[in-house]
Amino acid sequence: MAQVILYNVTNGLIIGAFYVLMALGLSLILNLSNVINFAHGNFLALGGYLAYALSPTLGYWGALLVSPLLVGLIGVVVERLMIRRIYNRDPVYSLLLTFGLAFVMQDVARYIWGPNGLPLGLPAVLAQPISANLFFITWYRIFMVAVVIVSVAGLFAFLRYTRIGLRIRAGTLDLETVATLGINVRHLRTFNFAVGCFLAGLSGVLAAGQIGLNPNMGDDLLMPSFIAIIVGGVGSLIGTLFGGLLIGMAAALTTVFYPSASEAVIYAILMAVLLIRPRGLIGEEGMMS
Amino acid sequence: MSTAIIAAPERRAAGRHPLVLIVIWAALITVPIWLPLLGGYTALAGRVLVFGLAAMGLNLLLGFTGVLSFGHAAYFGLGAYGAGLTLRYVVHSTPLAMLAGTLFGGLAGTLFGLLIVHRRGVYFAMCTIAFGQLWYYLAYSWNSFTGGFDGLRDFHREPIGFGPFTLDITQGGPTFYYFLLAIFAIAIALMGIVLRSPFGRTLVAIRENERRARFLGIPVEQHIWLSFSISCFFTALAGTLYALLNNFADPMALHYSLSGYFVVMTVIGGMRTFWGPLLGAAVFVMLQDYISSMTVNWMSFIGVIFILVVLFFPRGLLGTRHWRAS
Repeated sequence: MAQVILYNVTNGLIIGAFYVLMALGLSLILNLSNVINFAHGNFLALGGYLAYALSPTLGYWGALLVSPLLVGLIGVVVERLMIRRIYNRDPVYSLLLTFGLAFVMQDVARYIWGPNGLPLGLPAVLAQPISANLFFITWYRIFMVAVVIVSVAGLFAFLRYTRIGLRIRAGTLDLETVATLGINVRHLRTFNFAVGCFLAGLSGVLAAGQIGLNPNMGDDLLMPSFIAIIVGGVGSLIGTLFGGLLIGMAAALTTVFYPSASEAVIYAILMAVLLIRPRGLIGEEGMMS
Repeated sequence: MSTAIIAAPERRAAGRHPLVLIVIWAALITVPIWLPLLGGYTALAGRVLVFGLAAMGLNLLLGFTGVLSFGHAAYFGLGAYGAGLTLRYVVHSTPLAMLAGTLFGGLAGTLFGLLIVHRRGVYFAMCTIAFGQLWYYLAYSWNSFTGGFDGLRDFHREPIGFGPFTLDITQGGPTFYYFLLAIFAIAIALMGIVLRSPFGRTLVAIRENERRARFLGIPVEQHIWLSFSISCFFTALAGTLYALLNNFADPMALHYSLSGYFVVMTVIGGMRTFWGPLLGAAVFVMLQDYISSMTVNWMSFIGVIFILVVLFFPRGLLGTRHWRAS
């Protein structure tokens, strides 16, 4: 029993870590640009597939570094060509646009790499279990969590200590004032979108090593990420962080006792939060209205 | 701003012009005659009516109240499952199944509306998406009751008795189409009455300027809640018709992509117009039918349609008038 619980706790950590990476990217874009990026799961898949395509030449480590950057670059292109045009319009258009984009990206991935699952090879070091007793925990699982922790810490440090990070945080609160102070808000939003896509691409490479690749691999992560944002509190990245971990752990622990309810418990948390604390666990008053 | 406020009644008046109404209804009534000539089939027209009604229900909220729900498939699907489950497990009666489905979907929407009525814009939409997926997962995983991923089968529409007469809608074809058309007509007549009432005018006022409406003493949250609720009832009714149309209810009827389809139908036709969503549903259903018969990459085409509509055609076919952004 202890092993089952330990196994599911590590699982919960890992799932939660994916929710966090995914949701942080979504949250960044949502906070600064007021756009819900439906295609976020597809940027994730793109990251995985690019790693798959690059790893024969660059090796796993090279692909892990380069692929998220490429996804970020593609994010820049997408933002410049499409997303930018709908910033000042009714939210219905941003939703429809990214929704259509998600369809196209999923179909293109299926067209290029086929509808069936593909494996992403891991270096032998990572594929081993950490010990005979804990045979169900591979080094790769530890590695994934470590990468997520480092990148989340990096993101927060970036937002906290750099000039651009400061501008992004200020823009989240009052974009108009930031623009009035002479900061190029257009570039800021493009960059911010790219950072969001970078995080999605990174989680894609990590996820591909664990569950393999398929064209709609990001879909299952999209809805929990929305819920993580709402539960944590819209407008607060720390909230998103805790929201993601909370629902990941809750889902994993429910799996121990009642597997078929693992999805339902996420929604139960959502309803409870909407009922009892509508602004979310750490959300600021008024951010959601 | 002031022109926008005047523009809405003018445009709606155009939708009520006797000539326009005659043309629309004549076209709808003669579908079984002209559609086969164009190479279509009557079931396709039935689908247009069903999705058109769902999108018109959504438009009450989206176009006339200015509140975005991206989760209306939930109420559509709950209507479909409500009707299907009633027919399968409770009673073999088409009207009762429709009533049960409509109440099921409508009441779910009404209750959920209470939770989210203080949210606005994109956050409101996000809550509706998340809540919608709850029902998708429920239908998906409750295999023994709902049929799970394969959908709910083993039920079919029953003939309807009116005293000595019986309306046999068990076959497809014109009889069932006219049954759908009759329900559609009653529903949108009701919708027209709601929109023309002082309540409906108040919704438009809230859409145009929420703050001003609030200063006038209008209970804005209450109105948005009612609008959401009414909208869900109409969409749930459309969902019950969908179950009857296919003799089948599947989890995809609850999935957020269908919510997206409803929204794009509304936008293609022109949100803020009464008939727009029906026209949008016709265009979308025909296109989807055509494209999916032509290529396996239909998802790209549908996606590109979404993108093109947003970037180049945001006001839709009927919404020619300029209206304020955001």
